[in-house]
Amino acid sequence: MKIMVFIKQVPGTDNVKMNPETGTMVRTGSNNVINPLDENALEEALSIKRQVQDAVVTAISMGPLSARKALNEAIALGADAGVLLSSRAFAGSDTIATARVLSAAVRKLGGADLVLCGERATDGETGQTGPMIAEMLGLPVITFVKRIQMNGDRAVVERMVENGFERVEVPFPFLATVIKDINEPSFPTLAGKLRAGKAEVPVWGPVELGLDNGKLGLAGSPTRVVKVFSPKLARNTRLLKQDGSGQAVRELLKVLREKEVI
Amino acid sequence: MSLQEYRGVMVVAEQKNNKIHSTTYELLNWGRGLADKLDCGLYCAVLGNNVQELDELIFRGADRVYHVSSPCLENFLARPYAAALARLVEEEKPEIVVAAATTTGRTIMPMAAARLETGLTADCTGLDIDPVERILLQTRPAIGGNIMATIKTPFTRPQMATVRPRSARQAARDTARRGEIVAKHYDGALFSTPENFLAFVKDTTQDVNIQDADIIVAGGKGMKNREGFKLVEELASLLGAGVGASRDAVDLGWVPYSHQVGLSGKTVAPKIYIALGISGKIQHLAGMQTSEYIVAVNKDPEAQIFKVADLGIVGDALEVVPQLIDQLKSIKANA
Repeated sequence: MKIMVFIKQVPGTDNVKMNPETGTMVRTGSNNVINPLDENALEEALSIKRQVQDAVVTAISMGPLSARKALNEAIALGADAGVLLSSRAFAGSDTIATARVLSAAVRKLGGADLVLCGERATDGETGQTGPMIAEMLGLPVITFVKRIQMNGDRAVVERMVENGFERVEVPFPFLATVIKDINEPSFPTLAGKLRAGKAEVPVWGPVELGLDNGKLGLAGSPTRVVKVFSPKLARNTRLLKQDGSGQAVRELLKVLREKEVI
Repeated sequence: MSLQEYRGVMVVAEQKNNKIHSTTYELLNWGRGLADKLDCGLYCAVLGNNVQELDELIFRGADRVYHVSSPCLENFLARPYAAALARLVEEEKPEIVVAAATTTGRTIMPMAAARLETGLTADCTGLDIDPVERILLQTRPAIGGNIMATIKTPFTRPQMATVRPRSARQAARDTARRGEIVAKHYDGALFSTPENFLAFVKDTTQDVNIQDADIIVAGGKGMKNREGFKLVEELASLLGAGVGASRDAVDLGWVPYSHQVGLSGKTVAPKIYIALGISGKIQHLAGMQTSEYIVAVNKDPEAQIFKVADLGIVGDALEVVPQLIDQLKSIKANA
């Protein structure tokens, strides 16, 4: 069984502080991490690998050469192989241009029985790339997945929706985008780290993937960013003390009345 | 692709169990505004199996309703829904297609955009028309709402966007409005897909879906334990509010993940967000800072949550909330 997991390197948020005036993120340090939901996707791939015979888990990432670190981490966690998709031609890709590159990698690897990725990444937060890749590969797709139960040549999958969850039965191959609920990612083992140190991670560009530069990067992206600005988040905060006089609670009730809640 | 061939604004109705969901009326409100600026028609695409009360979509602003009806669309499966939407767009050629940024919209819109090879912008909170270029301007928060970006799709059509629920009011209802309902029947082969829908299981821990809620009462680590968190739930129930939670409260097992607000949970923007014992880590703020009015109760006067609050109470939520509950109960008793 060939399992492929897409992982994206994103800026870590642990050291992030907020500028209270502008509400923008102030990044301290350059700690890039694997997108948290992609770690869940990888964990799920490894868990399935333990349940079936002869499964091979390949982690695939598109990004700058420094994204090799994320793939090494994936191998340390238990992935069998990593592939880095990196080229200047990929720079400025929107979701559809990104999906073209990632789906081409799956094709070059001879197709997959199961493709997993996080439902969204913490930086772009679009959640669009997974369903786009599925469409390009002609695979059924289940999004917002919180459980995958193996059952021979098929799986029973649970996907979270607004007021509950849906249970769907789907034969392999398919693509699933996963949410945090699905599992608890584990930590790399020493043996894994040693293996990751020795692992060869190939780097593929448009030539290896057989892609036309016109469909890639900014040139191949149908969307354009017109402008980027900081939202005005700082509010005129009215701060009251809970001092035993009951005034704070009275003020709160007044607000709820003004807002016609009560 | 000739851009001029594409005309009109299409919104994709949100339905559950083949009944129209009220989020659709927000989409019609967005769509009507765009269509009026472009001086073109507003179309509503309904995908499902014999979806009822389509007149309502006309009362809410649609000029024409396209109903793609098939038993294959009885339950939601991504491929049949996306295929139906892409086919309808190919036939009717709207210049703009807008859907809700729900689990449905966020699944079928990317698939349709990939099939149509056009641009799609996720989770927009603002849509407008550039009158000179006659082009859609799509504004969305990124990096957890810390940056806003305006995006356009200049070279391909349609221009596609999902919009965050509750980012617009519902369109007003006018029963005098007239429009057309067009039934679309597609060959069953279009809908073929290997997966089977088995069941829908309702989340019984969630009386009010927090993404639909007008009011959210959310609790964090400051509620101390599961018993303390029950105060959050009691207050929510008194106010008819949804129950939200910080990641800490979820990780401690006080409340299921479906209630988690923030970067790794849900993004919400209710009219009132009441944060109880939540310190306001940036990951949490990212999921709620666009709420209309924010109340925060926290012991620490330096807590980050106060930076985004309209009304802050410096005090122990475990003291403030019981007082509030008592007051609300006596108000109710006297009403």
